[in-house]
This record gives sequence, C-alpha cells and structure tokens, in this order.
Amino acid sequence: MSSTQLWTLVFVALTFSFYIFIAYRSRVSDTAGFYIAGGGIPAPANGAAIAADWMSAASFISMAGIIAFSNNGYAGSVFLMGWTGGYVLLALLLAPYLRKFGKYTVPDFVGDRYSEAARLISVVCALVISFVYVAGQMGGVGIVFQRFLGVDRTLGVIIGMVIVFFYAVLGGMKGITWTQVAQYSVLIVAYIIPVFAISAKLTGNPIPYLSFGEILQKLDELQVGLGIDAYTEAFTRTSMVNMVLITAALMFGTAGLPHVIVRFYTAKSVRAARYSALWALFFIAILYTMAPAIGAMSKFNVINSLDGTAVEDTPGWYNTWSDVGLITHNDLNSNGAIDLAGGFGEGTEMIINNDIVVLAAPEIAGLPAPIVGLVAAGGLAAALSTASGLLLVISSSVANDIYYKKVNPQASEAKQLLVGRIAMGAAIVVAGYLGINPPGFVAEVVALAFGLAAASFFPILFLGIFWKKATAAAAAAGMAVGLSVTLLYQLWTLPTFFGNDTILDIPATGIGTIGMILNLLTILIVSQFTTPPTPVMQKVIEDVRYPGRSELVVAHAEGKLSEEELHGRHDH
Amino acid sequence: MDAQQRQEYWRSNLKIMAILLIIWALVSYGAGIVFVEPLNNVSFLGVPLGFWFAQQGSIVTFVILIFVYVKLMDRLDQKYGITEYEQEVHHP
Repeated sequence: MSSTQLWTLVFVALTFSFYIFIAYRSRVSDTAGFYIAGGGIPAPANGAAIAADWMSAASFISMAGIIAFSNNGYAGSVFLMGWTGGYVLLALLLAPYLRKFGKYTVPDFVGDRYSEAARLISVVCALVISFVYVAGQMGGVGIVFQRFLGVDRTLGVIIGMVIVFFYAVLGGMKGITWTQVAQYSVLIVAYIIPVFAISAKLTGNPIPYLSFGEILQKLDELQVGLGIDAYTEAFTRTSMVNMVLITAALMFGTAGLPHVIVRFYTAKSVRAARYSALWALFFIAILYTMAPAIGAMSKFNVINSLDGTAVEDTPGWYNTWSDVGLITHNDLNSNGAIDLAGGFGEGTEMIINNDIVVLAAPEIAGLPAPIVGLVAAGGLAAALSTASGLLLVISSSVANDIYYKKVNPQASEAKQLLVGRIAMGAAIVVAGYLGINPPGFVAEVVALAFGLAAASFFPILFLGIFWKKATAAAAAAGMAVGLSVTLLYQLWTLPTFFGNDTILDIPATGIGTIGMILNLLTILIVSQFTTPPTPVMQKVIEDVRYPGRSELVVAHAEGKLSEEELHGRHDH
Repeated sequence: MDAQQRQEYWRSNLKIMAILLIIWALVSYGAGIVFVEPLNNVSFLGVPLGFWFAQQGSIVTFVILIFVYVKLMDRLDQKYGITEYEQEVHHP
C-alpha cells in the first residue's frame, strides 16, 4: 500500500466514524424529527447542511474541470452563475413563505394550495428527479474508492450504502443535518488547502482570488500561442442567447429542486429560513468562487507541463492517471510527443477527464500524500451528503405524500416512521444498484433535471404564493405543459434517445427556460377561466405573507381545515 | 397588524424584492452575458471585468443581495412591531 493510499484510508476511516458518531447522538423517534429535524436547526448549521446537500460529487470533483476543459473557460460560467443565482430566487421568493406554510414536503404545499392531481404530479416529479440524482452520487462514491484505494467499484458503492443507511435511517433529517454540517467542514477544507497551495506555488500568492488575474493572463497567452481560443474570450463556443437560456434553466431549476426547498422547512422560524438561505449561499460561494481559479490553474499546469513533451518523458502524475484511463493521448501526427495545438477533447491529441482537475491537482502541484488523502475524503463527503438529503426526499414522498396522505390517513406516528425508514432502506438499495450499474443516460439526465425542475415546480410555487387567484386547474395544466415541452424536446435532441438536430439552436440544457415561461403563461391564462381558490385558501395565502402568528395558518398546518374549506365542493 | 398596515408591509416587501432582483439580473445576465464583451476591455484585479462578473463577481453579489434582503426584512418586521419570532408550527 502506497503512502497516498494509507493516508486516504486514515482520512476516510476518521471521517466515517465521525459521521456515525454524530448520527448516533442525534437519532430520532418521531416523524417531525425524521422529516424536518423538529424544525429546530439554527440558521448557520442549517446553511452548512444545505451547502453540503447542494454540493454533490459533481460540484466537488467535476465542476472545475467542466469549466476549464469541456467549456474552455467563459462558456462554463453558466454553471457558476446558475447554481448560485438560484439561491437569490429561493431566499426572496420561496423560502420564507413555504416555511410559514408549515408543512413537510413540496408536494404538501402543492397539494394543499391547488389540488390532489397537482400533488400527484409533483410527487412523481420529486421522486424521478431525486432518484436520477442519487444514482449519480452512489456512483461517485464508488469512483472515489476505486481511484484512491484501488478497491473494487462495487465494493466502494456498498460501503457507501452501509454508511448512509446507518445514519440516514437512524437519524432521519436530524441525523442527516448534523452529519452534513460535519461533511461540509470536511469538503471545504479539502478544497481550500490544495487551491491555496497550488496558487502559492504558481504565482507566489496563496489567495486564489488575487492570483486569478495573473493565471488568466498566462493561460490566455499560452492558449492563443497554441491556436486555441483565448480562455477569457466570450462566445467562442456558445451564443449569447444560449448562455442566457442555460443560465436561467439552472437558476430557476435550483429554486425548484425539492431536496433544496425542503431544507428551509427545518428552520426554526420564517426569519431563520431567510438566514438559512444567506448562510447556505455564503458557504456554497466559498467553493464556487474558488472553482474557476483551480480550473484555470490546473489547465495552465497541464498545458505547461505536457505540451511538446515526449511520450516517454511525461511526469509521474500523468502516468498515474493515464493508467486508470482519465488521460488519453492519441499521437495523431506520430511524432512521439504530446501536441496540444488543437486543444483538448475529441479529434485532438489529448482527451482529459474533467474529474482530474480536482482529484489530481495535489499531485500535479507536488503536494504531500496527506493532502491527497484529504481530497478523497472531501469527495466522499460531498457525494454522501447529497445522497442522504435526496434519500430523505424519497422517503418523505413515499411515507408522507403517498402512504399517510393517500393509503392510510389513520396511520400512527410509529407506523409512519416505520414506513419512512423502510422506504429509505429500499431507496438506498435501488440507488446502490443504479450506482453499480449506471444506465448510460444518468449523467445527461442529471444536467437536464434542472430544466425539468424549472419547467415544472418553479412557476407553480412562485405563483402559488404571489398570486392568490392562480387556480388548481391552471397549476395542473401549467405543470403538464411545462414538463411535456421540456421533456419531449430533451428526448428529441439527446443522442441516447432520438438525437435529432436542435430547433432554432436551442440547447437541450436550456429548453427548461422556455418550458418555464410556457408554464407561467398557461397558469396566467387558464386561471382566468377556471374556478378560483376558495376564500379560506386565499386567506391562508394572504396570511402566509405577513410576519407574526396567524391562527388560520396554524389551523391549516395542524390539519384542522376541512377539504371543502381548502379546495371547495367537488360537484362532478 | 390591521388591514392597512398589512398592505403597507406587503408593498415594502415587494419593493425590496423588485430592487434586489433587478440587481440580480443586471450582474448575471447583464454584466456576465449581454455586456460581457465591452466590459472585458476593462480589467479588475487583472481579470477582464465581464469574465470576472461571469465567474466570480456575480456570485459575490448574490451573497451580498441576500445579506441586504435579510437585514432589510428584519428592519421591516421591527417597524411593524414583530421582534419575537416564535417557533412556528409544523404538522403533517
């Protein structure tokens, strides 16, 4: 066993025992604790938990590489702006009001505000989005184990499943939240240390925010010299319209993702929900503002150390990562050296996996073995924290939205909790299976999940709060229109499905914005012709907007309002 | 709060939201995308300004926007006499 592997093992064992200890300390025995941690998490802790929940294996491991290599810099900005800008929408438009509404899940709000049909559509959406997402996380756990410890990928996924099973099933939202706080600390330290070290090594200035300009200048010169478009130049790979469409789909999708929204229900009060959003974005921004820096620095390092290098003279890290297939060199001009004149990717001499940028950064910069181990533990923390949050959404959808609301409304607290735990256990098994045998389309679908969330959830949540006259029929119609336009277009253009040409040059990742606008318009129009919400429901919506105790909202949250008061008589 | 106070409170809330969301759109869609090319002629910390907004500046602004929002809402709540936030109820 190499010293890197030994250090990785030490860090992984340490952090895993830490997570289990926390979960054991915060185990729960009632549904309020299981679903929403009793609504008693302080804002900074809730913010850190949201940040860990939000930043998945993809954010931690892949994002810097996606920006620097797949998108050559500027075009990758859509992810940076999209995945952070959505929190402004959440904080200002959704979080405080949904918290005041006082329920457990997103389908709860949709079902109460509109109708049972709308509840059903949103349960299905929440389940599909969460399963697609969680499969990616389990796969991520397997990959980290495989690359750093040489463990078989299947075994890696199973280890991840056991750990998540232990703390998520035992502790529910309470266990998950406090574990995520610990996981955030691990992942952010694991990100910051290599970034600062590499920045210091490259420019003499350890602060990546200050050295960013210098790196970009060098990188631009290097790329232009090689005949690649400058890294900072706009619209070399994408158009202005596409940038707007994709950024908007990611922003509004972020604000509509059920596993993010549900976290604001765990806040103590409306005020705490606002502060949770602030802390969450603050913690997320620390990593997201550093990702473009590490991306640019790694790209500079890679070009600088590889271009023109003879195949037999490549550095040690190159060999390590080409052995596991993350770097591929095709000697197109058969001169026995690496030529980067064509840039990177298909049709050039060099194909680099995006994950390398973060995973190999410590080695490329020649940092000691413990730091490499720390990065592995950070990647695992990112994957596990996101997986557990998603599993909770799945579990609460099944136990609360389907079992308690539809199958057995008389179920006792203990029974609901049992169903929730069984649902979570089953979800872990399915997620693990999907992680070991990933269907080819998972990676594509994760990127598209945002478009679906934007086109389905955001408009009905937003108008549900800000427009009292939005009707149940309109919401169902809006969701149907938004979802079907988005989904059909995605299937139409995706290579794994139909693979047709795009229409009007709209990318599959940006169609969610169009779907969302159509959804909004549908609700605005259909609401004019259909039965408005009952006076009681309109009063509830009104009361949700103001601070202070409202007896009506409390009565509603406690389930004391009748179906007729909420949704009116159904004379069919 | 009586009916008129409620109306005033909601108006102030909507005004705060509108102003902050306009800034939100200006830094991301404006400075980061639509006006990125002219802004790239200006340099900030050595980074072309448009590119900086697209990759770091917009994110920093987003954090500041939410900070300003929570502080303004605290002040608004206080103005209408809401200083204590009881733990709000949660039920299935």
